[in-house]
Amino acid sequence: MTLRTPSRSFFRWRPDQQWEGYLFILPSFLGFLIFIVLAVLMSLGISFSSWGLTGFRSIAGLANYQQLWRDPVFWQAFGNTAFYIVTIVPMQLALGLAMAVGLNQSIRGVTVYRLIYFMPVVTTIVAGAIVFRLLLSTNGPVNQWLAALFSALNIPFTPPNWLGSSQFSKWSVVILTLWKNTGFTMVVYLAALQGVPRELYDAAHTDGANAWQRFRHVTLPLISPTTFFLFIFQMIGAFQLFTEPFVMTQGGPANSSLSVVQYIYLAAFRDIRMDKAAAMAWVLFVFIFVFTLLQNFMQKRWVYYEAE
Amino acid sequence: MRGVLTSRSGAPTRLSLSARISLHLILLLFSGVMLAPFLVMVVVSLIPNSAFLARDFSPENFSLQNYVRTFQAVPFGRYYFNSIVVSVSVTVLQILISSLAAFAFARLRFRGRDALFLFYLATLMIPFPVTLIPNFLIIKALGWYDTYWALIVPGLFSVFSTFLLRQYYRSIPLDFDEAARMDGASSLRIWAQIIIPLSGPVLATLAIFVFQGAWNDFLWPLVVTASERMRTIPVGLAAFVGQYSTAWDLLMAGSVIALLPVLVIYVLGQKWFVEGIALSGISGR
Repeated sequence: MTLRTPSRSFFRWRPDQQWEGYLFILPSFLGFLIFIVLAVLMSLGISFSSWGLTGFRSIAGLANYQQLWRDPVFWQAFGNTAFYIVTIVPMQLALGLAMAVGLNQSIRGVTVYRLIYFMPVVTTIVAGAIVFRLLLSTNGPVNQWLAALFSALNIPFTPPNWLGSSQFSKWSVVILTLWKNTGFTMVVYLAALQGVPRELYDAAHTDGANAWQRFRHVTLPLISPTTFFLFIFQMIGAFQLFTEPFVMTQGGPANSSLSVVQYIYLAAFRDIRMDKAAAMAWVLFVFIFVFTLLQNFMQKRWVYYEAE
Repeated sequence: MRGVLTSRSGAPTRLSLSARISLHLILLLFSGVMLAPFLVMVVVSLIPNSAFLARDFSPENFSLQNYVRTFQAVPFGRYYFNSIVVSVSVTVLQILISSLAAFAFARLRFRGRDALFLFYLATLMIPFPVTLIPNFLIIKALGWYDTYWALIVPGLFSVFSTFLLRQYYRSIPLDFDEAARMDGASSLRIWAQIIIPLSGPVLATLAIFVFQGAWNDFLWPLVVTASERMRTIPVGLAAFVGQYSTAWDLLMAGSVIALLPVLVIYVLGQKWFVEGIALSGISGR
């Protein structure tokens, strides 16, 4: 019986595995080719064509992009999305970290608290949006509770029109998103906190560091890789916000809560402007890409990696 | 990966009694905020709209009447059926397809393997809206619009799942494969009888992650379904809002119907759920 010498050399190709490898990958590769590679190429092509109800009409060059540049609704949707990013991302990181630090103490009931905080994460966002429509309606429970609170503090209070005014509609979306996603941030942070070696706290304690100093100079640097990951993850998520404004405010009033992805949806499936929608999707992609690269570049300044 | 969330090695020093009490108060306040929407949902779903608007919560107002009316107004049974068919198919087939590819990427040698894997990874950056429109057109061209094919097939190919499983499969010693090969086992057999049994926990975690993503998916089913009988729960629920925009009693009953099974499963299998959904976070570290 002749046996090949088993070799783990990376460079020695085993011919009998050639076709097998391709066969194992084939189903995945076919789908990848059609629904990802072909789709990306098509989307790029559509964004540079005139494409309507009947499909391809003509090559349009940059016309769709120029149209976006002149479209005030597009700028508004972009501004709203920027608002969502700069509010949701930091607030969610701060709240999620606060909850995680609270749960990382030696107290009873951590499992129950974690169960509760994570509950909105598994909730269908459509149902969440419906409940917040009720909670935030003009005569709804939130305004009722706020009125009670303010009158107890003797401060005059005019109930805000959360969903129906351009001033507050974006905040409604922010509130819903925070409720829905903070539990996720909390769980990821909790895992990171539990990975901080205890000796470091003990050493800092011996050196006379108080609780805040230990948090600031031991905990924060050691969990900064997680903060970086969550920052990128939440930013990409906030760039692509759709269901929250779609169900809760329909983007209104007067487009004041319209997100970019919602506008892409409306352009493609209400106005049947696939070309304009595809162009918008590419602008969004470029923004996500650039901001992620930028963050990746800036992480050297604040993310701490332990020497390997 | 498992055990990370339950180990308490990093817990700082023990707190004094007063510190523990104030911490509990803060944590309870957070709990109240997180639970209030659920509580309001359940209460309003049990009383008539007029009673809710008048804030009349007297016991004689409570009944299951809204649930009966909701089931009469909307085919929730059908939505459930669709959501189950779609989510189960996507979960099982996506993991099967990804697992086969991940096995090849991690443990077989063939020309172009690493270049192809790099190409896969590069597409992870592409946001969903970019592929939304062309995929809609592809589905239309295939004649799959408003069918289960449209809801299921595009969801079967996940670069993320392939990547995750490939990383895990690489951590299993190659000696196992070599020994099995010497005994005459084929690659398919090594995958089915060595690799799959060794990756139980990671497969379970991934399955929950994929399942809840498919169950809660909204934009894609919204775009590729037209008829009521093809709607999944989130799409059906959103259409329900369009019809009954301020009939809070019915809307809340509908929301409870949509949420209850998922929440029950979640409470029963909390640990798996939390780890499954936080999976993307933990693997990103």
